Amino acid sequence: MATSTSTAGSDIAAPGIAAADAAGEARFAELLATESRVEPTDWMPAAYRKTLVRQISQHAHSEIIGMQPEGNWITRAPSLKRKAILMAKVQDEAGHGLYLYSAAQTLGIDRETMFDQLLTGKAKYSSIFNYVTPTWADMGSIGWLVDGAAICNQVPLCRASYGPYGRAMVRICKEESFHQRQGFEILLELMRGTPGQREMAQESVNRWYAPALMMFGPPDDDSPNSAQSMAWNIKRFSNDDLRQRFVDMLVPQAEVLGVTLPDPDIRWNEERGHYDFGDLDWDEFHEVLAGRGQANAVRVANRRAAHDEGAWVREAARAYADARATETEGRIAS
Amino acid sequence: MTSPGDSGARETWPLWEVFIRSSRGLSHVHAGSLHAPDETMAVRNARDLYTRRSEGVSIWVVPASAITTSDPDAKGEFFESPQGKEYRHATYYTKSDGVPHL
Repeated sequence: MATSTSTAGSDIAAPGIAAADAAGEARFAELLATESRVEPTDWMPAAYRKTLVRQISQHAHSEIIGMQPEGNWITRAPSLKRKAILMAKVQDEAGHGLYLYSAAQTLGIDRETMFDQLLTGKAKYSSIFNYVTPTWADMGSIGWLVDGAAICNQVPLCRASYGPYGRAMVRICKEESFHQRQGFEILLELMRGTPGQREMAQESVNRWYAPALMMFGPPDDDSPNSAQSMAWNIKRFSNDDLRQRFVDMLVPQAEVLGVTLPDPDIRWNEERGHYDFGDLDWDEFHEVLAGRGQANAVRVANRRAAHDEGAWVREAARAYADARATETEGRIAS
Repeated sequence: MTSPGDSGARETWPLWEVFIRSSRGLSHVHAGSLHAPDETMAVRNARDLYTRRSEGVSIWVVPASAITTSDPDAKGEFFESPQGKEYRHATYYTKSDGVPHL
C-alpha cells in the first residue's frame, strides 16, 4: 500500500508526533493488508476518516428520510395488519438511522452537526427517497426493489474495514430481509388480485425499476471515489458489479410475480453468464441529486418541521434530568 | 480517556453505551450507543432501539463519559507478551497425549 504524505512538514515542528503518525500509518496499512478492522481509537488517514464520515452520515440520513415515503401510507394501508407491519418497518428505519449516526460519531463528528448538515442540504441522502409514493403498490415496490437494492449494496458493507460501520451494517442487514419480503408479498397479492390491482402493481414497478438500479451509483467510469474506497476495504464491489448482481436476482423474481420489468433490452447472455440490460437515464439521476427531484423540498421540509417541533421535548427532558441531578446532589450534600 | 463518540456539551442529550444480555446465563454484551437525557430514558430508548425482536432479557446503560479505556498506543507495553508463556495453555503439555479424559 502506498503511504500518504499527510504528515509531511510536521516532522520539523513536532518530531514526536511525526514518529507516532508514521507508526500509526504503518499499523493502518497492516490492518488493511490483513483484512483486519480499524477501530475508533486507531490512527487513520484524515481522508479515510472524512470519507467514512461522509458515507456513514449520508447513509444515516437516507434511513431517516426514508421513513417518509412509507410513513405517508401508514394510515391508509388496507388492513390493521398491514398498518402494523408498515409501522414496524418505519420504526426499523429510525433504528437503522440511529445505529449509523452512532457509528459516525465514533469518528469525531457530533450528532447536532450531522442534523444541521441534513437540514441545510450540505449533506446528501439517497436520491431514491425523492420519488413520490402515490399508490399502495408503491409500498410493495419500495420493499422489493428499493430495499432489495439496499440489501445488495449493504451486505458487502458488513465487511467494511471500519469496525463500528461493519457492526452497524450486520444489525441492519438482519432486519432488512423482512422489509424486502414484505414488499414482495404486497406485490404478489396484488398480482393475484383483480385486473385493476395487477395494473396498479405493474404501473408501480414501471416507476421504481430504473431509480432502484440507479441506487448503486453512477457507472464505474464515472465514479471517481470508488477506487480509493475499494483500496481502503470500505467498498468491496464496484457500482456496476453490484447493479449486475441485482438485475440477475430480479429477473427470476419478476417471473414469479408475473410483472414485466420495464426494460426491453433485458435478456440472458450465455457468454457472460449474466442478464444484459439497457442503459439508464443518468441525466435524471443527476437532476434528482441536484435537488430537482419530485420530492426533495418536501422531504427536507418535513424533516426540519419534525426536528423543530420536537425541540421542546428534547429541551424539557434535558431540563428535567438536570433538575433531578441537582436535587440528588443537594440531598447528598445535606 | 473517554469513550469514542462522546462529543460532550454540544449535544442536547448525553451519550450512553448499551449492554444487552441476550438470554439468562450469558453476560451482557456491548450492543451500541444512544443519546438520552437520563438513565431511565436511556434504558427505555435502549429497549426500543436494540430489542425490537426480543434480542434481550436485560439491559445495562452506562454514561459514555464514565468509561475508561486502555491507551490504544500503549499496546506493546500494556498487554503482557505471550512470548515464552506457552505453559499457560493446555496444549503445552504433550507428554499426556493419548491418555484418555485428560
